[in-house]
Amino acid sequence: MHSSNSPAIEVDDLVKTYGEVEAVRGVSFSVARGEVFGFLGPNGAGKSTTINMLCTLARPTSGSARVSGFDVAAERDDVRRHIGLVFQDQTLDLYLTAAQNLRMHAELYGIDPGVIPARMRQMLEMVDLWERRDQPVLTFSGGMRRRLEIARGLLHSPRVLFLDEPTVGLDPQTRSSIWDYIRALQQTEGTTIFMTTHYMDEAEQCDRIAIMDRGELVVLDTPAALKASVGADRLDDVFMHYTGSAIRDAESSSATDLNRVLTRALRGSGR
Amino acid sequence: MSAVAVEVVPVRVPERSWRSEARAVRIVWRRDLLRFATDRTRVVTLLIQPLLFLFVLGSGLQALAAASTEGVDLKTVIFPGVLCMALVFSAMFSAATLVMDREFGFLREMMVAPVRRSSIVVGKCLGGATVAALQGAIMLALAGLVHVPYDPLLLLGLFGLLLLLAFTVTAFGLLVAVRIRQLQSFTSVMQMLVMPMFFLSGALYPVSGLPTWLELLNRLNPLTYAVDPMRRLVFDHLAISDAARRTLDAGVTWFGWRVPALVEMAIVLALGLALLALAIVQFARTE
Ligand SMILES: Nc1ncnc2c1ncn2[C@@H]1O[C@H](COP(=O)(O)OP(=O)(O)O)[C@@H](O)[C@H]1O
Repeated sequence: MHSSNSPAIEVDDLVKTYGEVEAVRGVSFSVARGEVFGFLGPNGAGKSTTINMLCTLARPTSGSARVSGFDVAAERDDVRRHIGLVFQDQTLDLYLTAAQNLRMHAELYGIDPGVIPARMRQMLEMVDLWERRDQPVLTFSGGMRRRLEIARGLLHSPRVLFLDEPTVGLDPQTRSSIWDYIRALQQTEGTTIFMTTHYMDEAEQCDRIAIMDRGELVVLDTPAALKASVGADRLDDVFMHYTGSAIRDAESSSATDLNRVLTRALRGSGR
Repeated sequence: MSAVAVEVVPVRVPERSWRSEARAVRIVWRRDLLRFATDRTRVVTLLIQPLLFLFVLGSGLQALAAASTEGVDLKTVIFPGVLCMALVFSAMFSAATLVMDREFGFLREMMVAPVRRSSIVVGKCLGGATVAALQGAIMLALAGLVHVPYDPLLLLGLFGLLLLLAFTVTAFGLLVAVRIRQLQSFTSVMQMLVMPMFFLSGALYPVSGLPTWLELLNRLNPLTYAVDPMRRLVFDHLAISDAARRTLDAGVTWFGWRVPALVEMAIVLALGLALLALAIVQFARTE
């Protein structure tokens, strides 16, 4: 999509310290344009800190990162024009309607007023919220809010979309429909997707996966290659192998996790 | 996979410029107004305290005060002060919405947009000030009930003063709000600051002939310089005896010098600008 051929994300020896805490200690990797890139790691591994630096919300202590060809420290505004964000915590204005939220976003990003209605409609239809556009977000369910966040994150046609646990706490049906949007977007607009997740079935869908642990990048490869490298047929085992912890330790569990835990427990007791 | 075959509507985000900043200020400002327009509860609850002061305290103490107010209704005397009070509450509430935006996540949406943080703070300050002044205007509408005439010039002048004070108080509130992450802490800090400021400002009593300690605190209180021009303006439009005017509207003096209204307004404006500048610097530093 871009004239230049630079990667979507290029990270070079990135470091972030908070006082004594070394949250990220010298991470390097790059993400190709149009790639769906999964970013995994146990809690406290430094994933959010890395994402915050990539989307200009935190300043790197040292090292550098370029997103869509722009430096995250020196060209903050240019980075911001080219990225979209969907966080784990909601960032909608609950008192406004779905349409008002999107319109405000479009105006904040300076999108040509002439194309705003058509683009808004397209995004709202994509996430099945067109019919509800004039209702306050306060009345929306968790899944609807997340879908609206995704629609908003994509409204300005970002080159790179950051998704921090976009499906956590959602029911399996909503999760799979969100994946449909992600795929559709990647195909129609060539958007690069950079996401963190705790769900292994989602990680499985990524083109490549990076695993972080204690502020460092442990391994980076395609899901198939990762599994082959440790001779496992499940990503859970790959994760366990590289980080020494289960993917979901200390995470609050949704219905699917509960299922997984139960299955595992039953399997264990039936031995 | 569902067939989400989409015809893409192409959009592009222009480079940042002074125009995009002006737009951002306007968007943040408009959002505050939109919020105000849809939030009836806020309008009503923020009016309760000022109304209590004006009508309950004002009527209740009338018998006691009658001897010294030279026949002027106590409600009329404290009206300018109560206007300020309504406005201070509302401006603080506006500042609190910054804390709420942080707590409920929306602030992040603004922080990652391709706009300067200063534009967000300026928009927030102007929005909060406008809303607070509108709230003050609702109180202003009650003027007739306390024997203050509906003179267009008087109302316009008072509204202008309300806007000025609203700007400064909102800037002050924002300066406190940028560093606070929880709404609860913000409200308690505000309670601690606002009530003493209100009582020391002379909103409820003439500020001449006070005990020295109180006079000193009163003259150091910025709110004093907002209440005084309003009281002056109201008394300019009342048909009362000179004696009453001298007693009830003695005005703010520095070592015997009556401080002119323009100087008082300049103090309030300068303070507001300084507080806003500080809030911007602080806000830019938060991660
Ligand atoms: N703002 C902050 N101040 C101090 N320490 C922080 C801050 N943000 C993150 N950390 C610390 O940095 C480490 C990495 O955290 P984080 O990036 O949130 O990990 P993850 O997203 O992988 O769970 C943790 O030890 C965390 O306590």
